[in-house]
Amino acid sequence: MINNTSTSHEIHATPPGDLAIWFFIFAELLAFGVFFVAYAFARAHNVALFDESQQHLNRTSGAINTLVLITSSYFMVRAVAAIKQGLSRECARWIAAAIGMGGVFLVIKLFEFHAKFSAGISLSTNTFYMFYLSLTIFHFMHVILGMVILAAVMLKARGGGYSAENHTGVETGASYWHMVDLLWIILFPLVYVIH
Amino acid sequence: MQYKSQAVAKPYFIAAIGLFVGQILFGLIMGYQYVVGDFLFPAIPFNVARMVHTNLLIVWILFGFMGAAYYLIPEEAETELFSPKLALLMFWIFLVAGALTIVGYLAVPYATLAKMTGNDILATMGREFLEQPLPTKVGIVIVALAFLFNISMTVLKGRKTSISLVLLLGLWGLAIFFLFSFYNPSNLVMDKYFWWWTVHLWVEGVWELILGAMLAFVLIKITGVDREVIEKWLYIIIAMTLITGIIGTGHHYFWIGTPEYWQWFGSVFSALEPIPFFMMTVFAFNMVNRRRREHPNKAATLWALGTGVMSFLGAGVWGFLHTLSPVNFYTHGTQITAAHGHMAFYGAYVMVNLTMISYAMPMLRGRSANSGPAQIMEMWAFWLMTVSIVFITLFLTAAGILQIWLQRMGTTPLGFMAAQDQVMLFYWLREITGFVFLIGLVLYIWSFFCKKGTAQAAA
Repeated sequence: MINNTSTSHEIHATPPGDLAIWFFIFAELLAFGVFFVAYAFARAHNVALFDESQQHLNRTSGAINTLVLITSSYFMVRAVAAIKQGLSRECARWIAAAIGMGGVFLVIKLFEFHAKFSAGISLSTNTFYMFYLSLTIFHFMHVILGMVILAAVMLKARGGGYSAENHTGVETGASYWHMVDLLWIILFPLVYVIH
Repeated sequence: MQYKSQAVAKPYFIAAIGLFVGQILFGLIMGYQYVVGDFLFPAIPFNVARMVHTNLLIVWILFGFMGAAYYLIPEEAETELFSPKLALLMFWIFLVAGALTIVGYLAVPYATLAKMTGNDILATMGREFLEQPLPTKVGIVIVALAFLFNISMTVLKGRKTSISLVLLLGLWGLAIFFLFSFYNPSNLVMDKYFWWWTVHLWVEGVWELILGAMLAFVLIKITGVDREVIEKWLYIIIAMTLITGIIGTGHHYFWIGTPEYWQWFGSVFSALEPIPFFMMTVFAFNMVNRRRREHPNKAATLWALGTGVMSFLGAGVWGFLHTLSPVNFYTHGTQITAAHGHMAFYGAYVMVNLTMISYAMPMLRGRSANSGPAQIMEMWAFWLMTVSIVFITLFLTAAGILQIWLQRMGTTPLGFMAAQDQVMLFYWLREITGFVFLIGLVLYIWSFFCKKGTAQAAA
């Protein structure tokens, strides 16, 4: 919620973080966006197959993972809030918590992949599974990349590399991490739920 | 020129231009064979002319890249080249090996050449663009390794900039992916699969890094814009290049026997490949508009802007034209591919080399820019060659569309040769335009010897 009278919410003239990350985020969203549109087209051509295959996905683990990533994003919000008050140690701890939740996401996802691969499902099983596997694996790799970025930011924060005045790096990492979260929030209902 | 050892770039640039002339002459021979099939038969059959045309292109671009690296790296690293002697030795080895290869192509039948050069020991020949005999391929690896050793050592002992790191990454990638030219599995699907690891990952992967680094270097020099700004652009561009280009390899995997998911991967990722090229265009114009000095070398600025525009059109737009698998189903292997190939190679890799040569050659000859009349002549050459390529591309695109319609879409499809007869007019137009290109190239070379006017003294 935007509250113009509140002093705790500043209005940004430019997006938070380094401008370069926003080019990168835009490109990533575009790549996933094209894939989502392709999914929609492919599904429209074969609704029955998509609906049938979708029944075999583990919606519970998908839902848990959604909560895990949203929680992780919340921890990053706390990290940014902490560094704005100059609390480096606290900032680093919140980032560590966000990374930890990212790890939980990966573990749950690995169980899910394991179940699918054991059932003999591959990219060539059918068009639905091609989309399911490629979208979730691409997203999986983005979670790993996001965790690497956050780890770099955390180490710098722990060493006192950021301050209340200068914390662009924390916002840059947070922006990327929120994008990873956002992608999952679209991906989960699209691939697991909507039918 | 700030460092003495940068002078080794000069023979590389001269050889590059010399081989460029050869490439164009063989292009004209082939273009004529399109319309008069038995021209120069049996002395130079079409397949040989084509092989010489494409191989010369690759080799002269490699000469250009090496020359560019030898010029750029010492200046970026702020130190003399590790070993100018090694650079010159490699120049002669590469030139002689290249010349012998071309002589081999022209003097004996290809099968005989294969027998003479030990293709039965390790079969690597007979594949498009990688036709070189085994000794030549080994020679390329040796030259590339010595070259990489030389410039990597230079960077290691000097200042490390983003531009030299991106350039090194591109050049190392170039050498590593060339190794797949030695891998020739007997399964035809696997053969084609890995063949693209050299061919595609060169031109739509690591070469783009080299292009970006060379363009960024010239833009810093001619515009005086802050290095930080240019480096940030460079990083975003190469990130986008790699994100789209690596999996974009899939657009070659539609119909070669690979799994069906490549139709999705290839279509989606390669559809995004124009983005880094578009960013390159915006980058070039943006930097020139924000220039903080008026560099006397106007011709180099024109080439740099031209690279941005033409690489976007040729690689980006003409690539996108036939990259989606449902479209490619019809366009695959038609003149549309040839149209794209001509404008993409010219717009990206020919022009970036000519940009670098345009900027560096006057420096290597002891002045910051050529005289006004020489530059005007060079700019005429720019327009003649660039406009010619645009028209060659348009004619080939028209030929391609007609070919697809007659051969693959009508109710009574024609056979390949019958369809070719119907598009003959466009092949004639292409050949005539090719001669205009040659005039541009002659004018370009002439501009190096233009004595009129006074050159700008070295800064």
